[in-house]
Formats: sequence, C-alpha cells, structure tokens
Amino acid sequence: MRLLYFAWLRAKIGTAEEELALPPQVHDVNSLLQWLKSRGPGYAEALKDLSTVRVAINQDYVGPEHPIREGDEVAVFPPVTGG
Amino acid sequence: MIKVQREDFDVGRELDALTRGNARIGGVASFIGLVRDMGGADCVSALTLEHYPGMTERKLAEIEAEANKRWPLDASLIIHRYGRLEPGDRIVLVATASPHREAALAACHFLIDWLKTDAPFWKSEETPEGERWVAARHEDDEAALRWKT
Repeated sequence: MRLLYFAWLRAKIGTAEEELALPPQVHDVNSLLQWLKSRGPGYAEALKDLSTVRVAINQDYVGPEHPIREGDEVAVFPPVTGG
Repeated sequence: MIKVQREDFDVGRELDALTRGNARIGGVASFIGLVRDMGGADCVSALTLEHYPGMTERKLAEIEAEANKRWPLDASLIIHRYGRLEPGDRIVLVATASPHREAALAACHFLIDWLKTDAPFWKSEETPEGERWVAARHEDDEAALRWKT
C-alpha cells in the first residue's frame, strides 16, 4: 500500500509518502488510522482528532468503513481549503 | 477544460479562447479568486498552495462534468494555481459559456462552491509568527450543500 500525507498531517507525521506492507490488523480505513496512530508520536499527534482527517483511496474520497487492499494508494489529509 | 498550474494566467486571453469560433455562445460567466491581504495584526504576507497531483485534476474534471450535466454549457474552464502566491495574485479562474446567461451564471457559481469543498488543495499562510495552515470553513460546506438538491 502506498500512503500519502498532505498539509499539516504531512508536517506532523514528518514524511509525504511511504510504501508499506498491509499489516494483518488493517482491513479498512478505520483500522488503518488506528494502526497508524501507534506508529509514533508524530502519527499520534496528527491523527488525534479524526474529525479533521479525510481519506482518499485511489484518489476518491472514502468513509471509515471502506476496505483497504494491497496495492491501494491511500491519501490522508485535512479538510481542503482551495479556491 | 482543467488546468492545474504554478504559473499565472491571462484572464482576457483565457476567456477569448473559451468562446472563439462558437457563435452559439451568448454569455460567459467568470469567477476569479485572489490572495487577500488581511492587513492589521493578522498580517499574511504570502500563502502557499499545496495539492494532490492526480486527484486534483480528477476531482476538477468530475465537478466540471457534473456542471455540464446540470446546465447546457458550450464551454467551461477551471484554472487553479499552486505554489507560493502573494496578496493580489490570482489563485483560481472559473469560466462558463452558454447560449443564455442563467446557465452560465449558475454553473459558474456551482463550480466555485464545489471546488472549494472537493478539490484537494490546502493553503498555508506566512505570518509574522510563522507558517499557519488555513482551517476549512463551515460556510464553504454549506455553500456547496445548497447545490445538493
């Protein structure tokens, strides 16, 4: 799975992109975010309030129950502020 | 047409190109978004727009296709810039062309409202206290929701 982080989530996590094998406990967006939180203080800080976190899989917005599969491009970012 | 670019754009030239060769078009509506100078103690000297290459183009194309489904447009254009911009700089241009003004004006309004809540762009501001990420505005979600029905 390819993970992408944007805006302040990227800044807090400290990386823009990482390639990770799908851990056995991760099967959907919710379990991915819970697992990411356990990966270090930057992740825990970035993901402490999930109401300010949006997720896209393969470049489409998805909800917490959307499944994650090996090979997916998963992007984690704050609510958008363009325009 | 969708353009996501670092460079500035020439509004007159873009609007000319949008309608050239199509005499059916009776009206063009456009919206131009600029970097605002907030002034005062909250002085923002510049902002940087980050985006998600690939998803940005995809979302803008989806929004444009939706506008074309809802209104009889002859042409439409979204240009959105990224990178570092200063007060007064252009950020975004949305333009729609149709035989009649109602469709052009409504579609243009729809496009800018939806773009603000759907296109993956993020603004960070340079202030005397350092860099600050812009928080999403609840009003923008409400503006986009008006078009749900």
